[in-house]
Formats: sequence, C-alpha cells, structure tokens
Amino acid sequence: MNLLVAQAQQIEAPEIDYGAIAPLLIVLGAACISVLLEALLPKHQRWAVQLVLTLVALVGAVGSLILYATSERPEQGVATLAGAIAVDSPSLFLWATLLVLGFGSVLLIADRSVEPGGAFVAQAAIRPGTVQDRAQATKTGMQTEVFPLTLFALGGMMTFVAANDLLTMFIALEVLSLPLYLLCGLARRRRLLSQEAAVKYFLLGAFASAFFLYGVALLYGYAGSVKLSAIATAAGGTDRSDTLLFAGFGLLVVGLLFKAAVGPFHAWTPDVYQGAPTPVTAFMAACTKVAAFGGILRVLTVAFENTQWEWRGVLYGVAVVSMVIGAILGLTQTDVKRMIAYSSVAHAGFLLIGSIALTPEGDAPGVSATMFYLLAYGFTTIAAFGIVSLVRNSDGEATHLSQWAGLAKRSPIVAATFTFLLLALAGIPLTSGFIGKFVVFSAAIDAGLTPLVVIALVASAVAAFFYLRVIVLMYFSDPAPDGPTVTVPGAFTTIAITLGAVVTLVLGLWPTFVLDWAGTGSFLS
Amino acid sequence: MTWVLIALLVVPLVGALVVAFLRKDDKKAKLVALAFSLVELVLAVLLWTAYDPGGDRIQLATGVDWIPAFGVRLQFGIDGIALVMIAVIALLIPLVIGAGWTEKLPAGRSQGGYLSLILIQEAVTVAVFAATDVFLFYVLFEVMLIPMYFLIGGYGGARRQYAAVKFFLYSFLGGLIMLASAIGAYAMASDELGKGTFDWATLVTVVRDADSTTQTWLFLGFFLAFAIKAPLVPFHTWLPDAAAEAPIGVTVIVVGILDKVGTFGMLRYLLPMFPEASKNLAPFVLVLAVAGVLYGSLLATGQRDMKRFLAYVSIAHFGFIALGIFSFTSQAGVGSVSYMLNHSISTGMLILVVGMVIARGGSSLIADYGGMSKVAPLLAGMLLLAGLTTLSLPGTNSFVSEFLVLIGSFPTQPVFTIIATVGMVLAALYVLWLYQRIMTGPLRGDALVAAAAGPGAVGDPEKKTTIGDLTKREIAVLAPLVVIVLALGFYPQPVLDVITPTVGATLTEVGVTDPVTVQEGK
Repeated sequence: MNLLVAQAQQIEAPEIDYGAIAPLLIVLGAACISVLLEALLPKHQRWAVQLVLTLVALVGAVGSLILYATSERPEQGVATLAGAIAVDSPSLFLWATLLVLGFGSVLLIADRSVEPGGAFVAQAAIRPGTVQDRAQATKTGMQTEVFPLTLFALGGMMTFVAANDLLTMFIALEVLSLPLYLLCGLARRRRLLSQEAAVKYFLLGAFASAFFLYGVALLYGYAGSVKLSAIATAAGGTDRSDTLLFAGFGLLVVGLLFKAAVGPFHAWTPDVYQGAPTPVTAFMAACTKVAAFGGILRVLTVAFENTQWEWRGVLYGVAVVSMVIGAILGLTQTDVKRMIAYSSVAHAGFLLIGSIALTPEGDAPGVSATMFYLLAYGFTTIAAFGIVSLVRNSDGEATHLSQWAGLAKRSPIVAATFTFLLLALAGIPLTSGFIGKFVVFSAAIDAGLTPLVVIALVASAVAAFFYLRVIVLMYFSDPAPDGPTVTVPGAFTTIAITLGAVVTLVLGLWPTFVLDWAGTGSFLS
Repeated sequence: MTWVLIALLVVPLVGALVVAFLRKDDKKAKLVALAFSLVELVLAVLLWTAYDPGGDRIQLATGVDWIPAFGVRLQFGIDGIALVMIAVIALLIPLVIGAGWTEKLPAGRSQGGYLSLILIQEAVTVAVFAATDVFLFYVLFEVMLIPMYFLIGGYGGARRQYAAVKFFLYSFLGGLIMLASAIGAYAMASDELGKGTFDWATLVTVVRDADSTTQTWLFLGFFLAFAIKAPLVPFHTWLPDAAAEAPIGVTVIVVGILDKVGTFGMLRYLLPMFPEASKNLAPFVLVLAVAGVLYGSLLATGQRDMKRFLAYVSIAHFGFIALGIFSFTSQAGVGSVSYMLNHSISTGMLILVVGMVIARGGSSLIADYGGMSKVAPLLAGMLLLAGLTTLSLPGTNSFVSEFLVLIGSFPTQPVFTIIATVGMVLAALYVLWLYQRIMTGPLRGDALVAAAAGPGAVGDPEKKTTIGDLTKREIAVLAPLVVIVLALGFYPQPVLDVITPTVGATLTEVGVTDPVTVQEGK
C-alpha cells in the first residue's frame, strides 16, 4: 500500500492547456451529455433538444477556437496532454474546417422536411422488409442517437488531426470510425442497402485499423516511441533497421489511405456512399476526408519528412492510381451518389499530391494548399449531397442519373446550383474547386512533381466529362414522364446548401483570406 | 480613357442581366440586347480612337489586386492586336442578334436566355483579349467555355449534346495543360524575383531567358491550348461538330471570334514568352499550319453540309494565319493579324448568308438546294460576294491579308509558302463550286421545292416557289459587312497602322531581325 502511494506521488499530472483544447472538450463533452439525454428524455422531446445541444456545442466550439486563435499563443503551437495533442496553426485550421463542415452536415442530418421524419430510421433494430418495418417507414420519428454519434465522430476527427503520437491517433481513428459505421446503417429507405454498406464499411475499416495498429507497433519497435517527433529523430541517421521503419510506414499509411478513400484503397467508397443516408454521406465525404488528410499531412511532414526520398515514389504511384481510378470509373457510373464517390476518389488523388509536395529543403508548400483544398472540397460536397437529397420519387431519393433528365425545366434553381457545384468539382475557374487545384498544383510544381501535375490535369479533364454529362442531362435532355419531383427543402437543408454554394463561390472569387489563414504556420514538430 | 475599357467589360454583363429578366417577353429582350450590343460597338469605336499606335506596348492599362498571395491581379490593357479583335467582336454581335431576329429557338427556350448568354459570351471574350495577367487570362479562357457550352447544348441542332461536350472537353483539356505551363512560369518568376507574379510583362522578362529545355516544355503547354482553340490540324475535330450543331449566330461567334483567341494567344504569349522555343519549334508548327491549309481546303471541297463546310474553310484559313505568325517577318505578322480580323468579317458574313439560305430552305445540306438565284437574286449576290472575299479576291479585305502573309513568309519559309499557295487555288474551287451548286442552274432540290409546295410535296421543278429574297432586316445586317469588306479591300491602311507597331514589338521580343524592310502600308 505504501509503495503504491509512493509511486502515485511520483506521477506528475501533465500540464493541460485547457484554452487550447477547449473546442475538443466542448464537442466531446456535448457528445457525452447527448448520450445521457438520449437515456433520460422522453422520445418526443429528444429531437429538438438534441439538435439544439449539438448546434450550440458546435457554435461554442468555434467560438472558443476563435478566442484561442486570436489570443496570445505560441506561434509554433503547443503540445498539451503530455504531448499527446499538438495545437498548432494547422490543427486550428483543420478544427475550424471540421466544425463548420460538421455544422453543415448536422443541418442536413436534422432536416425533417425533405423526408417526413428525417432520413434516418425510426427504430434501427426492426428487421428490414417486415410488417413492422413498413409501418415504421411512415412514422415520423427517427433515431435521435445520430446526434451523439455525429458529435463523437467529429470529436474523434478533431483529435485525429491534432494527435501528436501514433497511439492517440489510433484511438482517435476508432472514435471517429465506430460512430460512422453505425450511422451508415441507419437509412430510413432502402434499409438493406444501407445495412450492407455499414457492414462493408465496418469490415474493411476494421482491417484498415488493424493495418494501422500493426504499423504503429513496428514503428515503435523502430523508434522506441510512438511520438511523431521521436520517429523523425530516430529516422534522422541511425543504424536501426530500415525494414522496421518502412514496413511500419507502409502499414500505417495503408490505414490512413483507406480512411481517406484514396485508390486503390477506395473499394468501400462507392458502396458506402450509395448505401448510407445522404446526410451521413455528406458528413463522411466532407469531414472524414478532412480528418484523414489532416492526419496524413501531419504524419508525413512531422514524422517522415526526412525519409521522403524513400517513400515519395510509392505515394506518387498511389496518387496516380487514385486519380486514374476515380476519373475513369466515374465515367461508367449511372448513380449520382456513386458518381460523386468516384469523384471523391479522384479528388483524394489530387489531395495526396498536395500532401507529398515536400521540398528537399524541408519546406512543405503542400500543407496549406491541401488544407485549403479540403475546406473548399468539403463545402462543395456538402451542398452537392444536399441537392441529391432533394430529388426524389415515391421510393425515396431518385439517384439514378436517367431520372435527372430535364431537371432544369422543372426546377431551374436546383439545377443551376447543382451545375455550379459540379463545375466546382471539375475545377472550373471562378469556383473554389479551381483555386484549390491551383494551389495544390503550384505547390507540387514547387516541390518538383511536374509530371504528376500533368497526369493530374489530364485526369481532371477526363473527370470533367462525367460532371458535364450530368449537366447535359439536366439541361439538354427532355424530362422523363414519370420523373422524380424536387422537394422544396426546409430551412435546414436550404441553409446547408446555401452555405456550401456560397462558400464555393466566395472562395473562387476571393480566396485570399482563407489562403492567408491556411498558410500562417506549420506543424509543431 | 481607361473607363472605355472597363465599360466594354461591364456593359454586356449588365445587358445580360437585364435581358435575363426579360425571358417572358421575346420582343423586348431582343430590342434590349440589340441596344446593349450597339452601345458596346460605340464603346469599341471610342476605344479605337483612344488607342495610340505609336504609344506604349500595352495601353489603357488598369487593374486591381485579386489574389495577393499569388500576385494575381485583375489587370486589363490592350495592344493593337487586342484592339482589333475587340472591335470585331463588338461589330459582329449586333449583326448576330439582327440576323437571328426571326429565328425559331427550340421548344421551351426563350430569346431572353439565349441573348443573355450571347452577351455574357461577348463580355468574357472581350475580357480574354484585354487581360494582361496570365492567371486572369487562363481563368477567362476557361470561363469563356461555359456560356458557349450552354449556347451549343441548349440551342443547337440534333447532335447538340455531343457537340457541346466535345467542344468543352477539348478546350478544357488544352486549358488545363496551359495552366501547368503557367504555373511553371510562375514558379520561375518566384525563384528569380523572390515574389511570384502572373503579370504578363514581368513574366515575359523572366521566362524568355530560361534554358531551352524548360522553354520547350512551357511552350508546348501553351501551344496545345492555342492549337486546340485556333484550331490547327490535328486538334481541330471539335470545330466541325460545334459549327454544324450550333445555331447560326453561335456559329459566327465560335468560328469568327472564339477561334481567334488561339492565334491571339500565340502572338501575345507564345512568341514573347518563349522566343527560343518558338524559333526552334517553328518548323513543327509550320507543318501543322500547312497541313491545315491543304487538309481544310480539301475537306471543305468534299463537304455535303454547309455548316461543316464553313468549319473546314476556317481550318484552312487558320493554317494561313499560323503560317504568317511562325514565319517571323513583320509583313507576315501584320498579314496574320489582319487575316484574323478579315477572317472574322469574311467568314462571319459567309456564315450569316449561309444562315439566310438555311432559314429559307430549312436544311443545311447542299444537295437540298439548286438554282436559288432565280428566286432570290440578292441573296445569291451576297453569297457570291461573301464567297469571293473568303477566297481572297483582290479588291476584298481578305486579299490584302492573305497576300501579306504569303509574301511575308516567302523569304524565310519558301517551301511552306509555296505549298500553302495551293490553298488559294483550292479556295477558288470550293467557294465557286458551293455557289454553283446552290445558286445556279434550274430551280431544284428538296429544300427549295418542298418548302415552296408545303411539307411532303413531291418535287415539281416547274412549280413556282414562294421563297423570297432578302428582307429589309437581312439587308440591314449585311450592308455594314459589304461596306467593310470593300473598304478594307481598297484602303486597309487604318487597320494596318494599328497592327504594325504591335507586331513589330512582338518580333522584337522574339529577337528576330526582319529580312524584309516593312514598306509603309502594303
């Protein structure tokens, strides 16, 4: 007993910079409260209370983030919680991105005007296809657990991009993944497809997590520490086993690339994007992308910057494969959600270009470029999925492309907005998509990746075809007689779509503010 | 006077906005659009008077910062070449609106939407020629595609979707490759100056001293974009489809105006920025140019569709323009630039006249017509005049430019010039043969006979047709063109005066010494 007390006295509680991690604490705290509310509140009150709590938590988190970012803080950032979390400029930028994109996604998730009762099932436990299931399809309630799940996922994502050691990163990865697996399976319509998506995502995700963890173990064997900076120090000229380093790196990166939906680790993307409820797809497409690439950026620039010549060729190839798969398979898709999924694979390739744009001198011009791209892409995607959720027929969303024919005649505003978003995804000037591509490609050319940029440009041109095809369908084809109707969205979806479209336009015209902000500082190493 | 340039950019946009709100009332939309395009024309005339041929390289420069992080500015200004191109756009747009006055649009489409897109196209195209920031130029180069995509896709013929997407993808790909080169040039500038910039004049001074490998790669990026746009064989295949499927007014814009961005880009960007590569790769470009002359001429001869015929004629003409640009003599350069202007006017006129023929017969197949001069003698006369200026008959505007290109190119590129001359002979063949088939002989052809007797009627050559001659509106559209064709044919001096100093400056930037002294005028 005495011995134990003596030991306990030796353990020093780590310094915690509460101001720095306040946004994270607010989101995770709200998630916990949300779970309690779910248990304590009567069913009919939950939706409203949960929604208010979630939105207030997100706004509060953004507020505390702004407070901290504008206060006197160390320029290179701080490592807190015994060095587990690094709050530096990129962390703050990515946190803000995640919170704002999360806000947009929550609006889509909360919407009950498009689909009576919301896009989520009333009772997930009822078996699909049974009498009870048909009965619940017409009920207006929904599983309000989606709100705490979303908050936990968001908290995990925020931890993931700020994690300063690989073990924290792994925990964060699981915290962000598990709620997402569940969320995928909660669609109100086409439940089997939704559950299939959830199982697929879970199984493949579990594999990826295992890869990641195995990579962490090998790297620990190599460096004797899971800290990113310790790995960097260890890799800087020692006689340790390179096998451990590169095997560990490879496995780690496979786990990260899986989460980021980079080809050839993209196989889950189209199925999951298609099967998941559309608001969740929007959340995954926007926020998971940000989190995964935030993690990739940090790992590559902090831990593996000085071994870049060994791995750059591999990721170079992965980027090419991802762009080619995304652009070419996207051509053959007939479903809007699958098409955007392949487009996201192509975009992941572009983002990877930015992530590996490190110069020999150790500069990382790609970091700020990639972060800008993530922000721009996230907003465009949320708005795009918001619109996908509006085009419906009697059995839910009409996602088959042929059903979109002649949409411009019936709903010119929806068609025009979607066209604008597609042009942004294609990277046409005066949209944020173009500025994003431009900054990423400039950074890559700076870092001597010109051939890769040329391949990326060709891939962009190929991908432009399938975006154009949708525009052709909407504008130049005659509407099908039994075509879908476009639901007039309620306030939540309208706000989410407007937010996405306006940001896409504003960042296309005046990107300076965000560019400056993204470029303010580098990762804490 | 910089306000004129700004007004030129803003007026069509305002017009487009106003017209877009008049989608319910076709007549009002047409009047308002015409009014705005005429204001634009007046502004263009003012711009011409404000330009001083002996003055700075870039005049009326004006701009504001756009994205300071990359040194990107919204920077506009004109040189002689840009001035001429802006003037011809401002001239053609009112004529296009006038010519399409009674044209029926596809079901469910309003004149308001159509004319609004035309005016946006006008604004963006003027801006492309006026941009003096490379980034801005690229942005406008791509944005230019969007209204045109909707014009072809929304208002065109049976295969309009295919044509619109093909047009867009070709140009978009070219533009993206150009973007890579532009970023490359930008990266060089930031290395050299310590601060990145896209300012054209600054980039020219930095990039032109690059080693020849770098120059070659950057050159090829820009060249591909311009060769697709111009279009040079073998990057031309989008043009016949786009020209054939677009409504006739849009064909005028595609063939008469948009294409010029390609050759303009060669003069403004390729030659000054990459003088070394331009000279090294000139033989390669000249092969494409001369191939274009022959290929375009031969295919024009063989076309059965009048609109595709027009596209191939243009491809042949662009061969001549590229030949003049890459011969590096001031005569040939001046010839090429005046060819750009005259091609817009002559081919624009030819397309408008052909459009009037098609409006009467309802078919664009040559075989559906015959002996039309019997019922529409004035129209026949206009087709002949437009044809003759297209084949560069002395006394018409095109003769001056084609002649300057050929005599200017001969001293440096005799072989290519001699081969290209064959194109002149072929031009006479395809133009006169077209005229002969449509206008001369006995009245015949499904379009004419059926149109006269009503749909489904069995052709009866003896039956009197109701197809009429030119209306007052059509005469009003063609009259200005006739005047300009003849005026510039006999007295091209005003145009040459404006062009010559800019071409001279461009050649100085390339660093060639002129083998022939430029005689004043011809």
